[in-house]
Amino acid sequence: MSKQRKAVALISGGLDSLLAAKTIMDQGIQVEGINFFTGFCVEGHTHAIRKKDKAKPKRNNALWSAEQLGIKLHIVDIIEEYKDVLINPKHGYGANMNPCLDCKIFMVQKAKEWIKENDFDFIITGEVIGQRPMSQRRETMPIIAAESGADDLLLRPLCAQNLPMTLPEREGWVDREKLHDFSGRSRKPQMALANDFGFEDFAQPAGGCCFLTDKSYSDKLVDLWSARGRKEYDLDDVMLLKVGRHIRPKQHFKVIVAREDGEARFMQGYKKDFINMNCASHRGPLAMVDGAPTEEDLLVAAQLTARYGQGRDAELVDVTIREKDGTERTVQVKPFKGDEIPKEWFI
Amino acid sequence: MTKELLNAKRLLCPLPVIRTQDKVKTMQTGDILEVVCTDPGVMQDIPAWCRINGHKVLETLTDEMEYTIILEVG
Repeated sequence: MSKQRKAVALISGGLDSLLAAKTIMDQGIQVEGINFFTGFCVEGHTHAIRKKDKAKPKRNNALWSAEQLGIKLHIVDIIEEYKDVLINPKHGYGANMNPCLDCKIFMVQKAKEWIKENDFDFIITGEVIGQRPMSQRRETMPIIAAESGADDLLLRPLCAQNLPMTLPEREGWVDREKLHDFSGRSRKPQMALANDFGFEDFAQPAGGCCFLTDKSYSDKLVDLWSARGRKEYDLDDVMLLKVGRHIRPKQHFKVIVAREDGEARFMQGYKKDFINMNCASHRGPLAMVDGAPTEEDLLVAAQLTARYGQGRDAELVDVTIREKDGTERTVQVKPFKGDEIPKEWFI
Repeated sequence: MTKELLNAKRLLCPLPVIRTQDKVKTMQTGDILEVVCTDPGVMQDIPAWCRINGHKVLETLTDEMEYTIILEVG
């Protein structure tokens, strides 16, 4: 009796990794999923902080994919290790701060370590040649295999017929003829295969699965590094860059203003870590001040806070400022008018 | 059988799931884990994670600011 072969599938939560895993499962391979959390992953929940996104399903698509496939999913926290990938990408950044090729190499490398530790035979991904510009080009496919150390243990079921034979194919663990030859940006082959498999409800994130591909997010990250004078971040930084208006009146401080109740509720959790404020005389948003503001700076922050409250047209607005230790005081400020805030303050 | 509490407040998904996953690895079948979170997404994700991995959700509780899931390790 032949040995039951086992593969780990990189599950992003998108359609391609779902199809790749299903393709291999249908060949009798035992598949388990692995999903890496960098901190920058776009999740429905992160968007769900904001009311405007409440209609979107609040689900983790990687977990959902695994459930559709009936496989286990291992979610791995790589936040700390990922810092080096983001800060020093050997292959550089994409259009924004997205180090896509280095990221893919790193994740396949982690998957290689995982299969060794867990006695699995090979790795599968949902990559398709030509699907995205940076990490899924024909010339990057061998780079990922080689630099991750996975070499011919890395099988891409959706485009395998366009690539050299891998070990699972050579050994007959999988039938190459039953793999696919997808290439290019068209999604039609994937849609057809999803239809064949009976998958009807799947995630197709328009902006990819990573905040680093987003210009606005990348701008805020670059601003953070610039203000600190060094490229470093922690998880709270990553999270707070996802919420609120970020306004930097001076290099040494910025104000984060909640845009709606969901963001304000999320930011409440950080009230002990930042000087924060909100309007006392009118309804208005929670705002937090990051950096080392002077007393004068706090008055500017209060004017900004008032600008985004219901007292924006009032002559004067009372704003309560709370220190990190909870002590508070109320100041009276004139709200900024819209055209009084220099455009370059907005990050 | 032991009962343990996991504080996953202020974390956004999937971190509460990851913390739950890592905690459960240290527990025995039949043990009870209570996870307290502030991200409403956990109400979907932790039960999904439990279904995939053979654990049982015993109870879910919601109040204005917190979401609590009590599960039995499978």
